[in-house]
Amino acid sequence: MTRPGLMALMSHWRRNPWQLATLIAGLALATALWCGVQAINAEARASYQRASDILASGDLEQMRKRDGTTISTDEYVSLRRMGWQVSPVLEGNFTVGGQTVRMIGIEPMTMPRPVGFENTENTIEDASRLRVHPDDLAIFANIDVEVQGDAGRSPGTALGDISTVQQVLEAPDQITRLIVDPIQPVGLPPLPDQYVVEGRTGQNDVARLTRSFHLNLTAFGLLSFAVGLFIVYGAVGLAFEQRRGVFRTLRAMGMPLRQLMILLALELGVFALVAGGLGVALGYFIAAALLPDVAATLRGLYGADISGHLRLRPSWWLSGLGMALAGTGVAAVAALIKLARMPLLSFNHPRAMSMHALASGRWLAGVAMLLLAAGVVMSIWGQGLIAGFSLLACLLLGAAFCLPLFLALTLEGAGRLSKGVLAQWFWADSRQQLPGLSMALMALLLAMAANIGVSTMVSSFRLTFTGYLDQRLSSELYLRLATPQEANVIVADLAARGVTVLPIMSVDARIAGLPAEIYGLRDDATYRENWPVLHSVPDVWDRLAAGEGALINEQLARRNDLHPGDMLATGDRILGVYSDYGNSEGQVIIAEAAFSQRYPQKQATHFGLRTNDPVGLAADLRARYGLTGEALIDQKQLKAFSLSVFERTFSVTSALNLLTLSVAGLAILISLLTLATLRLPQLAPVWALGLTRRHLAFLEVLRALCLALVTGIFAIPLGLALAWVLLAVVNVEAFGWQLPMFLFPAEYLQLGALTLLAALLAAVWPAIRLARTPPDKLLRVFSNER
Amino acid sequence: MNVKPFISLCFVNIWLGAAAMAQGFAGLGGDAEGFALPQRGYVFDFPADHGPHPEFRIEWWYLTANLRDADGVAYGLQWTLFRSALEPVERPGWDSPQLWLAHAAVTTPTGHHVAERRARGGIGQAGVKAAPFEAWIDDWHMQGPSLDKLALRASGTDFSYQMQLEAKGPLVLHGDGGYSQKSASGRASYYYSQPFFDIAGTLTLPQGDIAVTGHAWMDREWASQPLGASQVSWDWFSMAFDGGDRLMGFTLRDTEGGAYTAATWIDTEGGATAFADGAFRAEPLATSTVAGRQIPTLWRAQLPEKGVDVTVEALNADAWMATSIPYWEGPVTIRGSHAGRGYLEMTGY
Repeated sequence: MTRPGLMALMSHWRRNPWQLATLIAGLALATALWCGVQAINAEARASYQRASDILASGDLEQMRKRDGTTISTDEYVSLRRMGWQVSPVLEGNFTVGGQTVRMIGIEPMTMPRPVGFENTENTIEDASRLRVHPDDLAIFANIDVEVQGDAGRSPGTALGDISTVQQVLEAPDQITRLIVDPIQPVGLPPLPDQYVVEGRTGQNDVARLTRSFHLNLTAFGLLSFAVGLFIVYGAVGLAFEQRRGVFRTLRAMGMPLRQLMILLALELGVFALVAGGLGVALGYFIAAALLPDVAATLRGLYGADISGHLRLRPSWWLSGLGMALAGTGVAAVAALIKLARMPLLSFNHPRAMSMHALASGRWLAGVAMLLLAAGVVMSIWGQGLIAGFSLLACLLLGAAFCLPLFLALTLEGAGRLSKGVLAQWFWADSRQQLPGLSMALMALLLAMAANIGVSTMVSSFRLTFTGYLDQRLSSELYLRLATPQEANVIVADLAARGVTVLPIMSVDARIAGLPAEIYGLRDDATYRENWPVLHSVPDVWDRLAAGEGALINEQLARRNDLHPGDMLATGDRILGVYSDYGNSEGQVIIAEAAFSQRYPQKQATHFGLRTNDPVGLAADLRARYGLTGEALIDQKQLKAFSLSVFERTFSVTSALNLLTLSVAGLAILISLLTLATLRLPQLAPVWALGLTRRHLAFLEVLRALCLALVTGIFAIPLGLALAWVLLAVVNVEAFGWQLPMFLFPAEYLQLGALTLLAALLAAVWPAIRLARTPPDKLLRVFSNER
Repeated sequence: MNVKPFISLCFVNIWLGAAAMAQGFAGLGGDAEGFALPQRGYVFDFPADHGPHPEFRIEWWYLTANLRDADGVAYGLQWTLFRSALEPVERPGWDSPQLWLAHAAVTTPTGHHVAERRARGGIGQAGVKAAPFEAWIDDWHMQGPSLDKLALRASGTDFSYQMQLEAKGPLVLHGDGGYSQKSASGRASYYYSQPFFDIAGTLTLPQGDIAVTGHAWMDREWASQPLGASQVSWDWFSMAFDGGDRLMGFTLRDTEGGAYTAATWIDTEGGATAFADGAFRAEPLATSTVAGRQIPTLWRAQLPEKGVDVTVEALNADAWMATSIPYWEGPVTIRGSHAGRGYLEMTGY
């Protein structure tokens, strides 16, 4: 019985190849979407991670000499012999024939494990070979070291063992800085006074923002998972519905229920695997296409060693296959239960006829209410990221389950308001179709809401980020010197050349019991033009320069409920409040003169430089004063790089938006095609009453557009709620600060238009088929009438 | 102390990569790579031989101790310095091909504390000097006017110790006058011990400082490729019996399930009797699940020619050395024909 049974089941697909294709394509596309998001996220995160691991050795503390000089081998060894677990790094520039390579020498034996050479496959012998970008090989042609070309390295940088780098730089016995291992022994003696341990370096303000961004991207991954799951559920469920007749016949011919169910499960398992595999492959291409070279950008940005290739990470391709299987499994369980309960010789009720839209809608809406109530409970009493994400899930599922009732009520309302027989039939017939279409419409709702939510989030993020960069990185070059003496020399030189030098001076303080920083600001157009002041008294910059008060950041203002005009604990009157995203601490800005008077011992060693020729000036300063690494940062370039990385990620999300919508459109197509055959008995009488097939087909398209429109209207508040949860709940739970939410009505309109287009495209083919249905097929409905 | 070659080779393996490792096993003579090989009949030159032998590939200074506090609670302590050479020379400065690795551990009946240190030679971060004796890496050291009188120190994130050691007997040469054969095909190392240390000092553990006393056993061994490629794991026993006699025995097992054993019986005066392959036998009686592996923590060990038939039981089954090359090493209690305490090391599990 197995063989004929299998043939009977398969014959359905042979007779309906388009349905098989749409099922596979739907599953594959949903999987691809999930995989693509996962891949981009995993890859970008891994890149950032590696970047921050190696650049300035990221999250690890650094030790330097207080007087800014290099550390000798003996000094390093004596620190080690005290028990301090530190690892030496030598940095310097190597120039031959006008070409400069930034050399980084490390010591693999003592390097803290997660840093530097990624795994122990890289050996000391490997390390003795200098790794450079293939383009830079020629520079080392005449040097007596082993050089290995490595396309994964950033051009203009070389990494190797410290002994090799000392040899190339002719700097024996020199160490630039020490990486402090986070693991230190007990009973460690205090650090000698000539050393200073520096915390995390400047990149972390940006890092905070990128972490937040990736959290949001993760949320997008979850959303696309939900969308995909709905589509898979819909597609598989409808395929079952269509084959009720076949099942009944097979059962009537004596096939045991168990065997039939096993056969069906097997069939779906194979589909899921095939479609899942296709989806993973497709997802890989999506990711590879959308993520052209984030890693390469990061390489240039941080001078860090990052491989620029997309890797097939088991985590995301396994999760992709898992999702295809799980989605099919969930769908199959519901369908198999229905099959098990189906009376052997029951009448073959097509679902579209047998169910009442309102009844099923009410039942789903009940579940939705429970979910939404759970969400409210979570948002009031829940804490942490889990609660944030659970709130997100409840909101989405709850809203999706509400949709059928909402649509049913809307259609009923429209039916009451409409005049004329045809219009009333149109609305009533639309309502009749709801159960068959609701799964696909829910998917459309989720896709659209996710798109609105994510594009709001991403665009808000972008505005915030660019604002933040403009505020913080308004100077072209940033100079970070070790000693005031060094600073005096260089600043005098710069002043002589007519470069505007803006000292950056700050002290740590406590305001209202919480840590805060106090900055002294030089009165300059740079700040007057760029500083993002939110609220202020009139003539704020003039009054600040005159020493009449202070500016504070939003965090401090919110925390202590401070407003312009209030007095600060430091005795300064608040002149204005400015936004300071990404910072968790309070900040106070006073005039440079007031700062120097209050903290005379503080001398500036950090400076912002305004210049028209940052590249030339940077090269000149590097050559003249031997400034390397973090001592001189071309922030304009850094900003441009950071923005380009984000632009790329933004374009990724908009491309993904388009993909989710097409997947949802496909779901509508599948549903409409399925319904088309079931609906003939309902359409035939209308046709017999005199409506042409063309007219009927037109009404079909109109109906799809109406349903999509109502769904789209429902999706807008849902999407905005979603964005709000992401920005104001999830972000706050994760990072303790809120991203401001901006609205982009034009984008929503565009999305709405895209949604209608997707629905239109989905409805056109079934409509054409209806228009071309031979009249005898319609006539036969009456002769077959049950 | 036969387990160490494995550890040390693994250590080299990590840094040199599998290719170099295979080369090391295949190049039996070792001449191709220029490393020296142990020769039968070598006459030790002390104290010079307490120092490093950079022309050999691997070498170690290995100290284990059985301790008790005032209440009679038993503890174990380990201090080990490995040297591993990429080339058979020493060069001063950062270019040195000599690498150093050290392990320290304290085992209590309920806990096990481990620390690891790594260094490169040539710059003074780690090394060994023969006289006055000094072996060090970072802030860890084992040093004194001679090998007979030593101060010992090590520290990790959750423990440290400071000890004084004094030798109460002579050095003991294993095998044929210190030439210790490791396989039927003749691979060997130089191997001698100082098994007669009295030790006293302070363990600093999370629960506080604990004054302890006991006895310690130091192993010195160096070689270039003491093991055959098929030798995969082994078990090393050092036993100090209550009567004052001592026994060192090891079993090297190969991929075919065969075993090579050797033992040295050390009488109270330090007189050594070496036993060839097969005289010493050790079989596991029970295993414990440690770090997700099945580790034999109860053994039966026999040396019939000396009437030894004892059970050897771990003081704490969880004495897992979670270092770059993980292995099991911890104090043991000995019962049966002879009673006493000792140390057990097991690798390849």
